[in-house]
Amino acid sequence: MSAGAEGVEHGEKNYLNHETTIWSWLTTVDHKRIGLMYLFTITAFFIIGGLAALTMRLELARSGPDFMTPDQYNILFTLHGAIMIFLFIVPGIPATMGNFLLPLMIGAKDVAFPRLNLLSYYVYVVGAAMAVVALLNPIDTGWTFYAPYSTQTKSAVILMTGAAFVLGFSSILTGLNFVVTVHRLRCPGMHWDRLPVFVWALYATAVIQTLATPVVGITLLLLIMERWLGVGVFDPAMGGDPVLYEHFFWFYSHPVVYIMVLPAFGVVGEIIPVFSRKPLFGYKMVCYASLAIALVGFLVWAHHMLVAGISDPSAIYFSVITFGVAIPTAVKVFNWVSTMYKGSISFDTPMLYAMAFVFLFMIAGTTGIYLATLAVDVFYHDTYFVVAHFHYTIQGGAVIGLIAALHFWFPKMTGKMYNEAIAKVAFVLVFVGFNLTFLPQFVLGMQGMPRRYFDYLPEFEELHMISSFGAVINGFGYTFALVNLLGAWIFSRRKATENPYNSLSLEWQTQSPPIHENFRETPTVDDYPYAYGTPVEGGGH
Amino acid sequence: MTAAAETVPGEPPHAHHWSPVNAYHGAKLGMWLFLATELLLFGVLFTSFAIYRYTYLGEFHDASLKLDWKLGAINTAVLILSSFTAALAMDAAQRGNNKRVKNLLLFTVACGGIFLVVKYFEYSHKYEIGLFPGVECPVVEAGDAHHGDAHHGAGGHHQEYCWPKDTSALSAEQKEMLVSNKYKMYFGLYYCMTALHALHVIIGMGLLSWVCFLAARNRFSEQYYTPVELGALYWHLVDLIWIYLFPLLYLVD
Repeated sequence: MSAGAEGVEHGEKNYLNHETTIWSWLTTVDHKRIGLMYLFTITAFFIIGGLAALTMRLELARSGPDFMTPDQYNILFTLHGAIMIFLFIVPGIPATMGNFLLPLMIGAKDVAFPRLNLLSYYVYVVGAAMAVVALLNPIDTGWTFYAPYSTQTKSAVILMTGAAFVLGFSSILTGLNFVVTVHRLRCPGMHWDRLPVFVWALYATAVIQTLATPVVGITLLLLIMERWLGVGVFDPAMGGDPVLYEHFFWFYSHPVVYIMVLPAFGVVGEIIPVFSRKPLFGYKMVCYASLAIALVGFLVWAHHMLVAGISDPSAIYFSVITFGVAIPTAVKVFNWVSTMYKGSISFDTPMLYAMAFVFLFMIAGTTGIYLATLAVDVFYHDTYFVVAHFHYTIQGGAVIGLIAALHFWFPKMTGKMYNEAIAKVAFVLVFVGFNLTFLPQFVLGMQGMPRRYFDYLPEFEELHMISSFGAVINGFGYTFALVNLLGAWIFSRRKATENPYNSLSLEWQTQSPPIHENFRETPTVDDYPYAYGTPVEGGGH
Repeated sequence: MTAAAETVPGEPPHAHHWSPVNAYHGAKLGMWLFLATELLLFGVLFTSFAIYRYTYLGEFHDASLKLDWKLGAINTAVLILSSFTAALAMDAAQRGNNKRVKNLLLFTVACGGIFLVVKYFEYSHKYEIGLFPGVECPVVEAGDAHHGDAHHGAGGHHQEYCWPKDTSALSAEQKEMLVSNKYKMYFGLYYCMTALHALHVIIGMGLLSWVCFLAARNRFSEQYYTPVELGALYWHLVDLIWIYLFPLLYLVD
């Protein structure tokens, strides 16, 4: 908002300063402003969730109780998980960068249903408020609310699952809006085979958001009914089955990891060609791989339950299909690496994050293969190995992807340039801190350290200490990165040009920051946005 | 120029190149996607029902006999009729006959009301004969019964749930309570499914009332009838779900 005031000095109108009252922000239907409001809100929750994680790591740095009780620890990991999942990373890239960029990238003036978009934000705010009250009430089930504990504990399960239901509604509205936007609002010439890969990724994500979220919604309602009225569907005492809860829960909550990480794939696919000055290798395959991941993602949910007492044939099925996820994922990774091959690479901060993403996600993917292997999973299940794998996918993937996107599109969003040196220092801290935190956790898991434990045997102390030390460095890294960006927005005098990276994508072909209507006149497209380098006869793709 | 000033009836704000035809197709696609989410919402309940019907076939059979299929049939007929009038309203809107749209939708909403009234009588009857969710255990003076609340129960198959070793000390009423406990799973699902459906009926009535209000203000024409179509689509879904619920809960033997 303060940047809006500065823009006025230069006498140019953009989406930040064409109206400047608080009220104009609260009632805006402009996708760019809604994206920013989401961004500030989820960043606040990222900081809270991150502080909760740091507190846990400090407690775990040495064996034995240090400054909290086991019950407080349970509450804290629930708070960390629920905030990071439901309030931060599920809205994550789609609601922030997706909202901001989707209409710009397809040459539209806004999303299909701008008022629905604003409604989605306020539904999110209501859900977030409910969640905060529930988490402080507190609740100690972990973010998965597994029955039968969740039907018995005295903590605020009804309020928290109600919050998750409301947040899911917000997610559905965003997804539905994006699907219709991509179908109906592409500018002339923007055929499906010319869409930026980020749009493809958002589209696949939106399909998952729309189709998976209702399942968890009704599951959580059933859980509420169970606590409230004693319906008994998940209660063995009444003939119900707690494993059924796990099935329903993971039917959403596995696809949801693709909601988190697919948009990050899209971000990386945008960044790598720009900084390699080469056409995106295998463009169509990268696009279709997003859809393939979304599809296969729906078929693998019970790999979270391989030791939960499901039958052998279904365990084998889910294990095999889970390996299948590796195929479209690897297609993407190889295509990114091939894009860089013999490219003219410049190591700007967004590119550093994108390359870190590829590296970290490779570790995340390969350790996922371990966990999908039936015999190995018996040993690794519910150990720190799973925690490390999950954080490599979600923090190393989705969060790094979001930070990469923030740096890459920062000039477009704010019209300013950030300090490259500080950004690079922050990157090194994030990268080193992250690996220092979670690489030891793979080893801890392999040695048998169970997850969610408040305390551990003394022989695990050394690795736990390293992990906690890494977490602090990681925290400093994110702080530097965010402070650098926020500071640049408010104080920087370096104005961003329209297209500082010479990108061919449509969002860079308008003013920075964009005008309220995005484009002065509806753009027309005649090629896909990755034709960098020497053009090939007959098109580059 | 503010976003509100740009708004044209039937066109979302802030989107000039969103032509009326495009807006119509976009809105319809959005509604179909929303209906897909509704199917998945109910899908979980149908799946639960299928699983527990398979597990507790006998209890589900006995419990389903406690429902009055005649009332269910009346409600089915009422909803099918209301869907028909909703479709007629859509046709009237395409011809620009706002008065007819209004009357037909008022009739549709009234049918929804009849459905809810019948449902109310069904629910209250079930409640009177003790068929509501939640297991109750008879309090027995003798110390040998495993009484207690549902969550600290002995576990195992729900037929034996809080079933005392010796039932001779129980009153007739308490024995009845134990028998009805066998049907709790069926009725738990029955209430969840029908109540969620009833909630959709209420939402649908609200939507159609709003469309009615628009029709009363002559908002529809041959060129613009999107809200009527969306409202009718939603109402058809509500009807369709009941068409699956009715045989499943009342008729399947």
